[in-house]
Amino acid sequence: MLLRVTDMAVARGGVPVLEGVGLALAPGEALILRGPNGIGKTTLLRGIAGLQPALSGRAEAAPESLVYAGHADGIKSALSVAENLEFWARVFGTTDISRAIAAFALGPLATRPAGALSAGQKRRLGLARLLVTGRAVWLLDEPTVSLDTEAVAMFAGAVRGHLAAGGAALIATHIELGLTEARILDLAPYRAAPLGMDDFDGVFL
Amino acid sequence: MIALLTRDMRLAVRAGGGFGLGLAFFLIVVVLVPFGVGPQSALLSKIAPGILWLGALLACLLSLDRIFALDHEDGSLDLLATSPLPMEGIVSVKALAHWLTTGLPLVLAAPVLGVLLSLPVQGFGWLVVSLALGTPALSVIGTFGAALTVGLKRGGLLLSLLVLPLYVPTLIFGAEVARRGAEGMALGTPLALLAGITCGTIALLPFASAAVLRVNLR
Repeated sequence: MLLRVTDMAVARGGVPVLEGVGLALAPGEALILRGPNGIGKTTLLRGIAGLQPALSGRAEAAPESLVYAGHADGIKSALSVAENLEFWARVFGTTDISRAIAAFALGPLATRPAGALSAGQKRRLGLARLLVTGRAVWLLDEPTVSLDTEAVAMFAGAVRGHLAAGGAALIATHIELGLTEARILDLAPYRAAPLGMDDFDGVFL
Repeated sequence: MIALLTRDMRLAVRAGGGFGLGLAFFLIVVVLVPFGVGPQSALLSKIAPGILWLGALLACLLSLDRIFALDHEDGSLDLLATSPLPMEGIVSVKALAHWLTTGLPLVLAAPVLGVLLSLPVQGFGWLVVSLALGTPALSVIGTFGAALTVGLKRGGLLLSLLVLPLYVPTLIFGAEVARRGAEGMALGTPLALLAGITCGTIALLPFASAAVLRVNLR
């Protein structure tokens, strides 16, 4: 099992948003998180990635196996596409960026400054970063924002290749990725009970 | 770690990196002071060590908010926090990169600008020594302040208010070393204290900066 989340509760801005979330990812599995805006998909992913502590419960994964990709791509506009990827490759202790460039068709853009890319091209560069990290579990938050259908297919292909190589992916998204084999987890049943006014006295007892 | 250092250095010297910002500010301050004070070279050479130290300190302050703000804006700070690099290592490298792009050029420019303030000849060596010893502390303390205010919109004012009091001991002992050096007096005590402050901040503050950064990224 690459990732196991048990009975996790997360809060955003001090307000609990999700509770009792449990999921598990085996090698080769993808899980898609669904739920309306504000349900806590991002918060849950950040909690699993270790960027914020969970209220309760735990996320267990092999050490050094997670990689997180959030809304922002972490691209430096003054560096070229290749330099951006090389930086992340060196941070994660790998060297090969050619596979990532090929997977997201960044070859013709490799020497261009990342600041001159379009929004969709930047996103492709941000997603290509996942391939150079060599990590097993991808935690992706809305990975397809500003991608066209062709690039979404490119992304689905990259995820499929990752799964075939024994990796796993946890993806929060609203659109259909074409990953028919992926399981779907609807977060709506895990919505945390609001702190109603009924509890007001209880706080002081 | 080295990858992060080379990236930060590269970003600093490329367009919009703000490499020359502190240096240009230092230059302007030191050039303008003689105009403000007037043609009294005796007075100028007396206040030269203090002016040079103050100019270096303010130039350092000017570039602090860039340490983490840019990485926070484009999301790379989140990604770095989930990378194999330890947070303490990230903040140490950030402080080192800040010193290399801001502190070191100030140290190198100070003797040239000392001429403008008619600094006594025997003071040049000690001025460089005091700045070389003191500016790393400015960068490390400044990194701590930048970690405290990361994510705040226009946190520059708060950053200055937080950091300036922490800069006071470095300024006092640094300027004292430079002044005593210029006047040819014994300077063992302030030099030891300056070195102590720098070593202490380098040893301890990265842990505080890392802890603060973890809280701020939530």
